[in-house]
Amino acid sequence: MTREILNARRLLCPLPVIRTQNKIKEMRPGARLEVICTDPGVMQDIPAWCRIHGHTVLETRSGDHEYVIVIEVGGAV
Amino acid sequence: MNIQRKAVALISGGLDSMLAAKTVMDQGIHVEGINFFTGFCVEGHTHAIREKDRAKPKRNNSLWVAEQLGIKLHIVDVIEEYKNVLINPKHGYGAHLNPCLDCKIFMVNKARQWIAENGFDFIITGEVIGQRPMSQRKDTMPVVARESGADDLLLRPLCAKNLAPTLPEREGWVDREKLHDFSGRSRKPQMEMAARYGFREYSQPAGGCCFLTDKNYSAKLTDLWQAHGHKDYELDDVMLLKVGRHIRPAPHFKLIVAREEGEGRFLQGYRKEFVSMAATSHNGPLVLIDGTPSAEDLYLAAGITARYGQGRKAEQVDVKITDKDGAERTIQVKPFAKELPQEWYL
Repeated sequence: MTREILNARRLLCPLPVIRTQNKIKEMRPGARLEVICTDPGVMQDIPAWCRIHGHTVLETRSGDHEYVIVIEVGGAV
Repeated sequence: MNIQRKAVALISGGLDSMLAAKTVMDQGIHVEGINFFTGFCVEGHTHAIREKDRAKPKRNNSLWVAEQLGIKLHIVDVIEEYKNVLINPKHGYGAHLNPCLDCKIFMVNKARQWIAENGFDFIITGEVIGQRPMSQRKDTMPVVARESGADDLLLRPLCAKNLAPTLPEREGWVDREKLHDFSGRSRKPQMEMAARYGFREYSQPAGGCCFLTDKNYSAKLTDLWQAHGHKDYELDDVMLLKVGRHIRPAPHFKLIVAREEGEGRFLQGYRKEFVSMAATSHNGPLVLIDGTPSAEDLYLAAGITARYGQGRKAEQVDVKITDKDGAERTIQVKPFAKELPQEWYL
């Protein structure tokens, strides 16, 4: 299972979503992407983006002003 | 055989575009949303930065709208292309630095390119005749359709009955009778429509969702252009205009003073791009220095930095100055004692 990391630190809404969207377009269904951000808004926005595009959020965690979201790429991008 | 027609809706995150998309979805059209990020969108940024706003709910309204509608949303970064719209607006600015008509033409043009690339049939916007003074007038709405190149592929469902039939209507893809005839600044018909659809919670931005309609923000951007000697900007420039106190004691330099911890943390990320300073003998804010200050200017800036910290009444404050390359030195200054001249504040 491939797992990639996207560094979206210092980016503010909606750039973390845009970078996630663009990265996932390059990935295959079933692959996993770990997005690391500093904008707390991503905890709402990236899961919302995943829900409407059919991707699955496997994990969210935060600490020390960082927010991490792990996504499994869905079938239809 | 019936062909499934597909439309892309410009989704701003406000009520009008939400209702426009819903109106067309209800006619069996497959709708997806598109949202363009120019760098000047109000949503999220200051909430994300400022500590005091951390408890406020944060959401991207365009994503929220798409989820309410059950449609996909494509967010497109147009920061670079948008520069030409803002710097050289063919149709001029509004009350501040808002190039609303050129902006709408640009976005509809981008949507036109998108539908061509993605096999969609037409474009939906939430525009209403008479609602906005620049881009939504009876005489400017045809300008948007014409200059964007979308022509009659641009459907405005909320006021379509006040306009000539578009291709989707003439071809029978949508039923013109089920479109609307809204006009003017009143939002009452939209609110009634929202209630009918059960949309109880929606964003109601006053004056739009763009920093360029804001007087204070526009003044800071004008100052930036004057200081640079030309009308250009990078994304970091326009982001920094949203953060901190901006104080310009002289044309060739300004201070960006963090107002609280969250802003200080955000400004920390720019320390390699600016000379920065902070008091070390007392608690105080991080300050970035933009421009080309002389050694004497740095003393003045250090005095201002000290004034904004807990040592403001001290006889002497130690202020550490960090150059872009990380070299550090500490100077002792007396905090700037007087009120700063009002004209220094941007």
